[in-house]
Amino acid sequence: MNNQNRLDQVAVKQKAYRYFSVIVVAIFAFLFAFPLYWIITGAFKTGKEINSTTPVWIPSEWDMGNFERLMSKRSAPLFDFQIFGYIITGPKVPAAIRWLINTVFMSVASMLLTCLTSAMAGYVLAKKRFWGKTLIFSLVVCAMALPKQVILIPLLREMSNLDLYDTIWAVIFPIVGWPFGVFLLKQFAEGIPTEMVEACRIDGASEWRTFTDVMFPMIKPGVGACAIFTFINSWNDYFMQLIMLTANKNLTISLGIATMQGESSTDYGLLMAGAALASVPIIIVFLIFQKYFTKGITMGAVKG
Amino acid sequence: MANKKIAVNTKNRRLMIHETVTSYLFLLPFLVFFVMFVVYPMLMCVYTSFFDATMGREDIFVGFGNYKTLFQDDVFWIALRNTLVIVLVSVPVTCAFSLWIASAISKMPVAATSAFRCIFYLPVVTGSVAVTMVWKWMFNNYYGIFNYIGTNLGLIDKNINWLGDPKYALGCIILILLTTSVGQPIVLYVSALDNVDKSLVEAAEVDGATQMQAFWKIKWPQMMPTTLYILVITTINSFQCFALIQLLTLGGPSNSTMTIMYYIYYNAFKLYKYGYGNAMGVILAIIIAILSAVQFKLGEEK
Repeated sequence: MNNQNRLDQVAVKQKAYRYFSVIVVAIFAFLFAFPLYWIITGAFKTGKEINSTTPVWIPSEWDMGNFERLMSKRSAPLFDFQIFGYIITGPKVPAAIRWLINTVFMSVASMLLTCLTSAMAGYVLAKKRFWGKTLIFSLVVCAMALPKQVILIPLLREMSNLDLYDTIWAVIFPIVGWPFGVFLLKQFAEGIPTEMVEACRIDGASEWRTFTDVMFPMIKPGVGACAIFTFINSWNDYFMQLIMLTANKNLTISLGIATMQGESSTDYGLLMAGAALASVPIIIVFLIFQKYFTKGITMGAVKG
Repeated sequence: MANKKIAVNTKNRRLMIHETVTSYLFLLPFLVFFVMFVVYPMLMCVYTSFFDATMGREDIFVGFGNYKTLFQDDVFWIALRNTLVIVLVSVPVTCAFSLWIASAISKMPVAATSAFRCIFYLPVVTGSVAVTMVWKWMFNNYYGIFNYIGTNLGLIDKNINWLGDPKYALGCIILILLTTSVGQPIVLYVSALDNVDKSLVEAAEVDGATQMQAFWKIKWPQMMPTTLYILVITTINSFQCFALIQLLTLGGPSNSTMTIMYYIYYNAFKLYKYGYGNAMGVILAIIIAILSAVQFKLGEEK
């Protein structure tokens, strides 16, 4: 009887703790989501609502004025490239549009290049025995542990020597060289039974065929994780962009917004509109591919 | 017999050469980028740290000159102190907070778990620039939400210039940093908690262990590798805290938010002291390497 009482008490306590923890987690979740809510609503508030000392929790009307100002402030050609010495320039558009195009191009290019190079490198590092393998893999692990920013000064000089300074490639190439993807896909490839690869070889398939027809389909979830990870990280990688890009037409969206902050640092409506433009697309991408993303984070962590 | 052995050996050798050549062909695209844009700059970082290097002229060899100046530079010591404060506060808080959140949400239904995991990851995905902008507004002296809530609840008597006051600025930076750094640890802890051997936990519960005991005695030791990894990445992240400072305070007021990362940037890209910046980069890398090694050592002993 006594024992039963004790057990009941424990059960009640556990239940109480569970309710308590749900409430606390919900409060924290609200606080974490709040800045994003504030960005999105702030983008649609009028100047009066933005600068009121009593916060306007929900905008009374959805005002487009901030976006109009954002679009009219600066302009840049829609595209421009050089071919046989001729410079071809597109029509003038609001700079923010060009920045978005630059950002999408940068993220997609980094993603494709990283996935391809990492899948190939990860495959051989996991499945082949060859001279120098340990050395290369230790270099990969060491590079990952080092702060990325310490290489930025030499990188800047290298890019100006290569004539890549102030081009989008100066941002893309270092992202592709960053070995996280290799590490991630090596982990994935190690999970594939070696017999599969060997069976394919015995059947007389070439090395390249073995990779494209057997290995690649099997590490596809890993490649997906690598892709989404690289896409989001390069979209948000601010430091590299800050150092490598200067001309107005070459900026990325987050860098562009950051430079606008320098000019009109108290126009919070304008800044929120810019912040919304920079963050909402990437948040949508994240929500769609969330499953792959989580997988990438956890796979990349399995004992290094 | 001996002949056969040699034959096998040469065959093995030929196979090994073949494997090595094909492997390097597969590695080549990655290695080109890796060596050119990661390994080479790293070596150059160490090399240039021994030179007086700037834009538009040849580098001048100065030996350990940059390092000597560095150790006599008061701002460097302030930056180092601030960086350590950031690391010492944010690493334990991030780990404890994310462990608690993860253990709370991992008991919930699957949909709730993934929804909460998503919400806590949002500040990371939002991107440092957008996050910084909105916090700048929230901390604003006149229209900021913090001053409104603070004065209305009677927590503060008059508006505080959060980012402009040396007393509060570093605290504000740490707070923002915390919101952007718990996302990844939570994801990792949730999956680590999922992977804990359930039969052990059940056995302990049958034997009358409380939930607390089951957690600390059984789940916690099994999650040690995850904790270790989280410690290392959070430490590295906190050391690298840069965008927040560059966009919010520029190291001020009166150097109260100056960190090593920002000081490197300031020296290299505002004063164009490349060699000096690189020397600081080398010191930063050494500090991080030592800390990571210590963390791994401690983790292994446990």
